[in-house]
Amino acid sequence: MGTPTLLRPSVPSSRKGAGPRAAVVARAAATRWGLRGTALLYLGLLVALPTVAVVTRGFGSGLVALRDALTTLGGRQALILTIELAGLTAGINVVFGTVLAYVMTRYRFAGRKLLSTIVDIPFAIPTLVTGVMLRALYGPNAPVGGFLLRHGIHVIFAQAGILLALLFVTLPLVVRTVQPVLLELDETEEEAARVLGASRWVTFRKVVLPRIRSGIVAGGLLAFARALGEFGAVVMVAGNLIGKTLTAPVFITELLSQQKPDQAAAFATILFGLSFVLVLVTERLVRVKHREAA
Amino acid sequence: MSAALREARLSSSIRRRLVHGGLSAAAVLYVGTLVLAPLGGIVWAAVKGGWSTWTSTLSQPDVLHAYLLTGVITGITVVVTGVFGVVVALMLARDRFPGRGIVSAVADLPLAVSPVIVGLMAVLLFGNGGWFEPWFTAHGVQIIYAVPSMVLVTIFISIPFVVREIVPVLQELGVSEEEAARTLGASSFQTFFRVTLKNIRWGLLYGIALSTARAMGEIGAVLIVSSLIQGRTETAPLYIYRAFEQNQDPAGYVVAVTLALVSIVLLAAIEIFKRREEKGLQT
Repeated sequence: MGTPTLLRPSVPSSRKGAGPRAAVVARAAATRWGLRGTALLYLGLLVALPTVAVVTRGFGSGLVALRDALTTLGGRQALILTIELAGLTAGINVVFGTVLAYVMTRYRFAGRKLLSTIVDIPFAIPTLVTGVMLRALYGPNAPVGGFLLRHGIHVIFAQAGILLALLFVTLPLVVRTVQPVLLELDETEEEAARVLGASRWVTFRKVVLPRIRSGIVAGGLLAFARALGEFGAVVMVAGNLIGKTLTAPVFITELLSQQKPDQAAAFATILFGLSFVLVLVTERLVRVKHREAA
Repeated sequence: MSAALREARLSSSIRRRLVHGGLSAAAVLYVGTLVLAPLGGIVWAAVKGGWSTWTSTLSQPDVLHAYLLTGVITGITVVVTGVFGVVVALMLARDRFPGRGIVSAVADLPLAVSPVIVGLMAVLLFGNGGWFEPWFTAHGVQIIYAVPSMVLVTIFISIPFVVREIVPVLQELGVSEEEAARTLGASSFQTFFRVTLKNIRWGLLYGIALSTARAMGEIGAVLIVSSLIQGRTETAPLYIYRAFEQNQDPAGYVVAVTLALVSIVLLAAIEIFKRREEKGLQT
């Protein structure tokens, strides 16, 4: 290779056979291991370790803590209520989220960009502020809330309020999961179906829906997982009525304030185990779809 | 063309327009009721109190300290998750090693964990009887029920945003530009700062804006690990929470609206970054 004058001073020349090439290889390896070490240490200390702490604390003595948590007044009802409300949230937002994604990708109309920005608002607004907003609109002293109250409809400190909070928070998750799938879809197939005499509804059901189904399912599961754990938006509008307005995350804070960390940990493990599995399933769904498209 | 056919065409065009209009109306109506109406509600509630509520609320030392603490915690969180997020993303996008799927899942895990559970994790690690409690007590460092644990839980929650934004960008970019730079004699650092970082800048800013929004508004985890002392360990969201608990709704509305305003500005930034990123990928 090159003359000695071209060699960099940093190249180690003490070992025989260690030329500039070996130095480059060694440097690349050092960079790779440096990256790996930093990344694994960061994720390990900040994410994996605390997670292990919750699981071992909750199930360190078998299922005792979990049984205690579920038999604590309101525990089982909180879990059931949370799953029901999260399911309802996912269902409603799957329907309207798909309509929104379809309208935003297939139709051209004034204000389409504005609509798209508004859909993202829940991503940016602090969850607690979401709850405050619902109070401001549906509270007993607000015009809308007062009107509804006179007609016997309770929103704040009732299930309707919790549902509204969950719908608000999870809306962009569904829209932003379905929209890219719709964008990747080839519109000529839809046109072909229309030319061959299929109605708009039949075209949607037979041509579009099968292609975007996994995107819709992924969006729904993400919304469900997020709704299971939502606290900030819910705490401002939820009461503490067992089986009615006491959700699982609020129940965990109650267990903690009752100095029952083991039971809280067991209960928390069930809750986040469920949502973690769902998030993993959606990642897989979305990735498979991408590979098919590519 | 027969009259019947023309009529059929006409009716199909009318029907299409009806479907078009109906779907668009449903979409706009849903977003309007669900998102815009509450936004209008909070602005109305904050304005209703009049100018004096604003000045008296925003001149309270507790409120100012709450903003400051939120700013400090958000700042630390953004720097930490930004720097380490790039490192994790580089490893996930470029490095092939067994267990890569698990690492990727761990990086996504905070998205699935309820903020309340994140607070619980900190209590289990640093609280009474926690794994690290003896060591920190022996060294006289207060972690739980103090600012350090509030920073830690906020970082935990914000970890996935930068990583998730950059990994796809890095994968799409490939390594050819970096290899070219290295062949031309650039060091690893030069290659990273002049080539890689420049290429991922919009994705990075997008991720940072998302984690800023999330960190700024965090309540569930912080509520559990804070000692909730006014003017000491109270963030802006915690202030809002206390204001409503103590029936000081007007002050709560004012602070909530200011947070909402900041997040709308962040949202505008996010939209710009997203568009730039898409443009950058196309060229």
